[in-house]
Amino acid sequence: MQRKRSSRVGETIFKYVCLASVIIPLSLLVLLFGNVLMDGLGRLSWQFITSYPARHASEAGILPGLVGSVYLILIVGLVALPVGVGAAIFLEEYATTDAARAQYAKGPKRWFGLLWNRWLANLIEVNVANLAGVPSVIYGLLGLEIFVRVVGLGRSVLAGGLTLALLVLPIIIIASREAIRTVPRHLREAAYGLGATRWQVVREVVLPSAFPGILTGAILAISRAIGETAPIIVIGALTYITFVPECLSSEFTALPIQIFNWVSRPQPDFAINAAAGIIVLLCTVMMLNALAVLLRNHLQRRY
Amino acid sequence: MATERPTDPIPSILRGRPRPGEAAIEVLLRLCGVLSIFTTIGILYVLLSQTVQFFSEVPLRDFFLDTQWTPLFADKHFGIWPLVSGTLLVSAIALMVALPLGILAAVYLSEYATPRVRGVLKPAVEVLAGVPTVVYGYFALITVTPLLQKLIPSLSGFNALSPGIVMGIMILPTIASVTEDALRAVPSQLREASYGLGASKVPTILQVVLPSAFSGIAAAIILGLSRAIGETMIVVIAAGQQPNLTFDPRESIATMTTYIVQVSMGDTPTGTLEYRTIFAVGMTLFVMTFVTNMISQRLARRFRGLE
Repeated sequence: MQRKRSSRVGETIFKYVCLASVIIPLSLLVLLFGNVLMDGLGRLSWQFITSYPARHASEAGILPGLVGSVYLILIVGLVALPVGVGAAIFLEEYATTDAARAQYAKGPKRWFGLLWNRWLANLIEVNVANLAGVPSVIYGLLGLEIFVRVVGLGRSVLAGGLTLALLVLPIIIIASREAIRTVPRHLREAAYGLGATRWQVVREVVLPSAFPGILTGAILAISRAIGETAPIIVIGALTYITFVPECLSSEFTALPIQIFNWVSRPQPDFAINAAAGIIVLLCTVMMLNALAVLLRNHLQRRY
Repeated sequence: MATERPTDPIPSILRGRPRPGEAAIEVLLRLCGVLSIFTTIGILYVLLSQTVQFFSEVPLRDFFLDTQWTPLFADKHFGIWPLVSGTLLVSAIALMVALPLGILAAVYLSEYATPRVRGVLKPAVEVLAGVPTVVYGYFALITVTPLLQKLIPSLSGFNALSPGIVMGIMILPTIASVTEDALRAVPSQLREASYGLGASKVPTILQVVLPSAFSGIAAAIILGLSRAIGETMIVVIAAGQQPNLTFDPRESIATMTTYIVQVSMGDTPTGTLEYRTIFAVGMTLFVMTFVTNMISQRLARRFRGLE
């Protein structure tokens, strides 16, 4: 009896130790947010958002960083989204065994083309999986050599945006593939039965049904791109800049880089500026993440 | 009645007209996919070409046997070990934090939490992975280091311990989520058989569920290690950027990633030896994360095959 009771106590203790392992990191997160709010909220004002960086912490603002980040996001969205979704459509709709069978039905001459597609798809899959694990600084080195030097874009906002687009591409491909995979087969077959071509099926049936999932992935990718610092430092974003980028070939800074610049200064006043900048950054990123979760939970169609 | 030839299952009248637009779209979509292959080739080309030039000026022996890393000083040394040791030290601290918490959190989410509780806690834990790393860097430098200095007076203002701990919080969701997948992949019959033999919940978890999920948990740990090795901003901000061949967590260190950022921020002209060092370091970093990622993927494939 004695032993049984003690083991029951052990059961309860273990359960609460496990629960604590979830709660401890979450409370650290709350501590982090609380700290940043306490440090930076007083500094946050309209003047802070619309000013340029300055020698005196109290006059400095984040305008060039904000505008630079908006440029980066636009480039990432315009480049990575179509390419990522296109790659996902290729992998899920054109290079699957189902697609292979459909092609074969049209005649054995197409057999070679689909074998080639399958082989290519396998290679792309391996690549995407590996690219998802490549550290972000390495993408910075890639952008520095290819976009800044070989293509000759210089240390411009376009080079930064393209680098970040490559960085988030695996995220978009993986999320879009999962979204496309949830579209049930019978919807496609019904469309094919009505005489639709492959692209018509993709455009009219698959993409509309997979849209919420794709959008969720895209939002998460954008939120990742907003917070990335290391790769754009490596390609040469400036840490001190007193102008707003005017075109795609302008030099630029970004919000996280401005924050990094302030954190690395020894004066405590600049740490307060960093905290205020972090509030802006965190609000943006967290709102995007919340939006993604909401979309995932509410818009996703269940079949 | 004419018999259909088996090689031609669809009569030609049903095959439709040729559609060049469809073919063009397929080519376009294929190109989108192929871009990821070109990205990999680009990374390998950039790292290899610069690294080869680096090693034409610096012998391999210096790179692997020298114990100092001072390419930016007058007295140049190119020993990679101080950067590797710094990277491994911070990663080890991060794993010491993230491993127990991550695995136990996964046990809670998969074995104890009701679907409703799980629906709240799991996204909350995932928020940790969505926080930008500059923010974690700020947290490590401004909040955690002063706290730790109260406990350990000999801790220097820039050290390996504080970014290591904060990095542990950052990689925790990765470890927890892969471990949870692995635990959920354990068939419920195994648990029921254990209960049927009279075992209660804790022995079932510790002796049946966790061992069966071993390969998945190993995959989670190694994936976490890979993330820690590649993490940059936390260490750049809070560790001090001092290449230091030490395993003392109280001292200031530099990692491979911080060195790359440090050189990028200065005005090192392209084509110089200093410029090439960041690619040689990048290559080392790439090889380390590539190997750990491959091991992790192999292990994960094993448990996903169980499903």
